[in-house]
Amino acid sequence: MEYQIEFRDVSVYYGKDIALQGINLQIPRNEIFGIIGPANAGKTTFLKAINRTLEFIHSAKTTGEVLFDGKDVRQIRNVYGLRRKVGVVFPLPVGLPMSIYENVAYAPRRSGIHNKQELEEIVVRCLKQAMLWDEVKDRLHMLGTKLSGGQQQRLTIARALSHSPDVLCLDEFSIAIDPVTTMKIEDVLTELKSEMTIILVTNLVQQARRLADQTAFFNKSELVEVGTTEKIFTSPENQLTYDYVTGDFG
Amino acid sequence: MSETTPTVDSDFSLRRGIQKVVDFMEPAIVGLIYLCGWSAIIFVMAIFFFVFKESLPAITGIEEIGGGVDAEVEKLDLVEFTTSPKWIPESAKKPTFGILALMLGTLSVTVLSMVIAVPLGLGAAVYVSEFAKGKSREILKVLIELLAAIPSVVWGFIGLVVMNPMIVDVTGEPVGLNILNAGIVLALMSVPIIVSVSEDALRAVPDSFREAGIALGANRWEMVYKVLFPAAKNGLLAAVLLGIGRGIGETMAVLMCTGHSVNMPTSIFDPVRTLTATIAAELGEAVRGDMHYHTLFLIGVVLFVFAFVINLTADLIVKGIKVQENE
Repeated sequence: MEYQIEFRDVSVYYGKDIALQGINLQIPRNEIFGIIGPANAGKTTFLKAINRTLEFIHSAKTTGEVLFDGKDVRQIRNVYGLRRKVGVVFPLPVGLPMSIYENVAYAPRRSGIHNKQELEEIVVRCLKQAMLWDEVKDRLHMLGTKLSGGQQQRLTIARALSHSPDVLCLDEFSIAIDPVTTMKIEDVLTELKSEMTIILVTNLVQQARRLADQTAFFNKSELVEVGTTEKIFTSPENQLTYDYVTGDFG
Repeated sequence: MSETTPTVDSDFSLRRGIQKVVDFMEPAIVGLIYLCGWSAIIFVMAIFFFVFKESLPAITGIEEIGGGVDAEVEKLDLVEFTTSPKWIPESAKKPTFGILALMLGTLSVTVLSMVIAVPLGLGAAVYVSEFAKGKSREILKVLIELLAAIPSVVWGFIGLVVMNPMIVDVTGEPVGLNILNAGIVLALMSVPIIVSVSEDALRAVPDSFREAGIALGANRWEMVYKVLFPAAKNGLLAAVLLGIGRGIGETMAVLMCTGHSVNMPTSIFDPVRTLTATIAAELGEAVRGDMHYHTLFLIGVVLFVFAFVINLTADLIVKGIKVQENE
C-alpha cells in the first residue's frame, strides 16, 4: 500500500540546533492523523518538511526522505505544484491583504479556474466549510485583514480548502476560535476525511482524541510513539506518552 | 544579617528619593516633549510666514520702508508671472518675470527622475529585503546608505564631468547638460531614500504573510506583488513621495546638470532651468527690496505650494485606500 506521506529517517537541523531527529512515520490516505506534543517538540517543523517551506529558513537542513504520494519531495521539480496539493493552516490567523473573496479565490484562480461562476461556488463552499459564510456573506469585498482574529483564522481554513488539497495540515487551528465554532469545524473535518488526508497538530489533547484515527506523540524533536488513537489514549507503551495524555506531564 | 539590613534600608530610601525626583520631573518632561512637537509646527509656519512676507510687496505693490511708513513700489503682473515663459529679471529696458519655463523645468526633471528612480528603487528594496541573504544583504544596505550620504554638489560634479561628455558621445547632442542628465542624476540621488524607506516598509510585513502566500503555491514574485506590496502600500507610497520631494527640492545638482538656461522644454535633450536653481543662483545678486528680490521669494512660495499639493495628494490617496478597505 502506498501511503499519502511517509517519513524515512528524517532529521531537520536549524544551524546547530536539532528540530527533528530520525523520524520514521507513515500517514495513510483519507485519515485524520493527530500530532500532539509539548511546545518545541518539532510539530510545526514536521509540517514544513512536507510542503518544503523549510527551504525559506536559510539555516534549515534536512536529511532523510520525505515521500509524498510515494515520491521524494526533494525530487519534485514543480515545488509550487506540491504546495498547492498541501493546504496549511497556521496557528496565528493570517488574512492576506486582499478582499475576503480574493483570499479564497486566489489559489483556485492560480490553478487555472477563471470561470466566475465556478470561482464563486468554490468561495461559497469553502467559506461554509470553515463556518465563516454566515458572518461575511454580506461583505465579501472587505479586506480580509479587517476581520477579527477568530474570523481570520476561519478565513485561513477556507483558503487552505480552496485549492482542494490532497493533504490538509492544521497547525493549532482552533487557538483563536470559540469552542462552539471549533466543534462545528471538527464536524466538517470528519466529513472532509473522505476527500483528503488531514494532519492535525494540536495542543488540545482531547481534540486529537475526538478526531484522529491515528495519533503520534512528539517530544524534544523525537517521535516518542505512534499508534491508533485509542491505543495512545488508553494503553500507550511509553510512560511519557501516558503522562502527557493523562495530564501528568512534566 | 545585622550588617545587611541597614544597607537594604538605605537602598530603599534612596530609591524612594529617586522616585520623588522623577515624579517631580514628570511635568517638566511632558512639557519638553510638547515643546518638541510644537516647535516643528512653529518652524514651518515661521518659514512660510517669512518667505510669504518677503514676497508680498510684489503682489500688493506696497512696501514698508521702516518707521511704519509705506511706500508704493512696482507691482508684479501675476498673469505674466504664471504664464510667460520669459524670465529676464535684470533687463535694463523691460524686466520680465515669467516662471512658466522654470516650473516646466522643475516638473520635467522631477518626472523623468521619478520614472527612473521609482522602479529602480522599489526593485532594489524588494531584492534587499526578500532575495538577498546574509553578507551580501548587509553590504548592500551599507552601500545604499552610503549612497544617500553623498553631498549633492558631488552628484552635480558627476553630472557635469562624467555624464555630460557621455551624453554628448551617445546622442550626438552639442551639449550634454539637459533634462536627461539632471533626471538621471536626480534619480540616482533619490534611489537610496526610496530603497531604505520602502525596504523598512517591506521588512515590517510579518513573516506569517510570506509563509501563507507561499503555502498557497504562489511563487516568490507573486508573493511579492500580491501579498507584500498591498500589505506595505502606505510605506511604499511614503517612499515614493520622499523621492519626489527630493526631486523638487534639490538645488545644487540640478543647477549644475540642467544647463541652467531658461527654456521651454520640448524634448529630454533640452537644457532647462528649475525654480530652486533660479533662487540659488540669483538671490545673492538681487538688490534687497527690489522687484527681482521679492519675485524670487514668490518662487519660494510657489515651491511651498508644490510641496503642499504633493503631501495633500498623498494624504488623500492613503485616506482613499482606507475608505475602500472599510467598505
